[in-house]
Amino acid sequence: MRYIPNSPSERDEMLTSVGLTNAKDLFRSIPEDVQLNRALKITEPLAESEVIAAMEAMAAKNSAATKPSFLGAGVYSHFSPTIVDHLIQRSEFFTSYTPYQPEISQGTLQYIFEFQTLICQLTGMEVANASMYDGSTAMAEAYLMAQRVTRRDKIVVATSVHPEYREVARTYTHHGAAEIVSIPFDERTGRVSDLSALDDKTAALVVQSPNFFGCVENLERLAAAAHAVGALFVVVVTEAISLGLLKSPGACGADIVVGEGQSFGIPMGFGGPHVGLFATQEKFVRNMPGRLCGVAYDKNGNRGFVLTLSTREQHIRREKATSNICTNQGLIALAATIYMETMGRKGLQEVAMQNAQKAAYAAKQIAAIDGYEIAFSAPTFNEFVVRGPRGSVEILEKLRTQDGIIGGLSVSKYYSDKPNEFLVCVTETNTKGHIDALIEGLSE
Amino acid sequence: MSNIPENLRYSKDHEWVEVEGDVASIGITDYAQHSLGDVVYIDMPRVGDKLSAHEAFGSVESVKAVSEIFLPVAGEIVEVNDGLNDAPEAVNNDPYSAGWMVKVKMDNPGEADAMLSAVEYEEYLSASA
Repeated sequence: MRYIPNSPSERDEMLTSVGLTNAKDLFRSIPEDVQLNRALKITEPLAESEVIAAMEAMAAKNSAATKPSFLGAGVYSHFSPTIVDHLIQRSEFFTSYTPYQPEISQGTLQYIFEFQTLICQLTGMEVANASMYDGSTAMAEAYLMAQRVTRRDKIVVATSVHPEYREVARTYTHHGAAEIVSIPFDERTGRVSDLSALDDKTAALVVQSPNFFGCVENLERLAAAAHAVGALFVVVVTEAISLGLLKSPGACGADIVVGEGQSFGIPMGFGGPHVGLFATQEKFVRNMPGRLCGVAYDKNGNRGFVLTLSTREQHIRREKATSNICTNQGLIALAATIYMETMGRKGLQEVAMQNAQKAAYAAKQIAAIDGYEIAFSAPTFNEFVVRGPRGSVEILEKLRTQDGIIGGLSVSKYYSDKPNEFLVCVTETNTKGHIDALIEGLSE
Repeated sequence: MSNIPENLRYSKDHEWVEVEGDVASIGITDYAQHSLGDVVYIDMPRVGDKLSAHEAFGSVESVKAVSEIFLPVAGEIVEVNDGLNDAPEAVNNDPYSAGWMVKVKMDNPGEADAMLSAVEYEEYLSASA
């Protein structure tokens, strides 16, 4: 998009040519009572030096940025190599939009193709799209896709799936035919166990692994149960780094794998912008939402990247489109691609291993503190639920104010029957010193 | 010049129907396949689906477009040509035989008689050309 400045006389000329005298007349079709009719309440212009001072003062308030943090729950603190930020700032990559003659942008299509390939390899699936908005909307699209594939409308979703994901999916599918049925998790293991809700009306069984409590689900067992009733098995991954270590959802029988790619070098921000992952089996590809890049060869045998199966998309198929997700989170997907390629297979395994080992160390130390225990028995990756001797809000507040540590997330925020539980996430960015300080803070 | 077999009935949406008793075999015409270009995928209904006349029963995807295909006669889908999953090009190469798409048990077997004859379809094509 070019910036085209115009002077008052040019504006008058444009108004004259459309038969108006005042720019305000352009908004005549908007009812008077919903027009603002006053200046925006924003501060006066500042000099550049004043803006910098104001911004620095604001940034200094963000004490969380400098405190050791054990927050996870869907957004994870991972190290992002400098090359990620450096490369995405090339101006060629600045728009997330694939042009309407997409093949002219071979560089864009190539990184999308690489992104798809890497997501397939990590999830163990056959096709992945060019990305979704984020993990939660990817999950919502999985509901819709399962309905299309099975021609059934019942979605069975575990309450151990991230509560905010379930809320987004509920909103997203509110006006559709989906009937969403929740199934509980086992209070002892933290895993899904009661599958009695599955029946021959079920379009999909949806679970998260590692789940909201950090517990790794028994995916093979769940896949078999879903397939026994003809439902698709949808696996949600909020911590993508776990794919570097755990058996892939595809290898465990998943039909659709959706997730959040923020862990791949994307800043936590205030929960966005992030990037949704969506992968499935090739036999379902025509029911998959989103853009898809492929490789083709021209008549001289030269390789080229193309948008493929675009006939599923809204700009060709209008209201019959498989989804309206045509523009992806291009820039964020690019960052994730550069991260994955920089880390490589070994690097991702190494990061994942560090996460798992540090988290295991922290869990063991916390469980040894008087009054504290690990709430669930299932295996975990880099997150786990701690049950404390008193309210978790109080425990976390003490850590924050007295020890300068963000100790984790109070589970009671989402599960009111768990007042004493809190979720602790340990990543490669947490040093042993951070962990020991947390242990000390909890021990007092 | 399109191939328009005399023994079939035709719709203005360019489907053909071959009637045997109360079952109608349905596909798209030579003219339709030629207009669409190389067919790469056909989205089909499922056996047991009950559809009314002129309802879309699926879609034909060619390299550049997706077109709905409409059921010329009301009825229940009793058979689907699964061979087209692996060889959608049969719709281009042999639209009236190997390229058949579905068989429908007609609610009202007389409905096909009201469709265009080969001569009428040819006239329709030349009039709209």
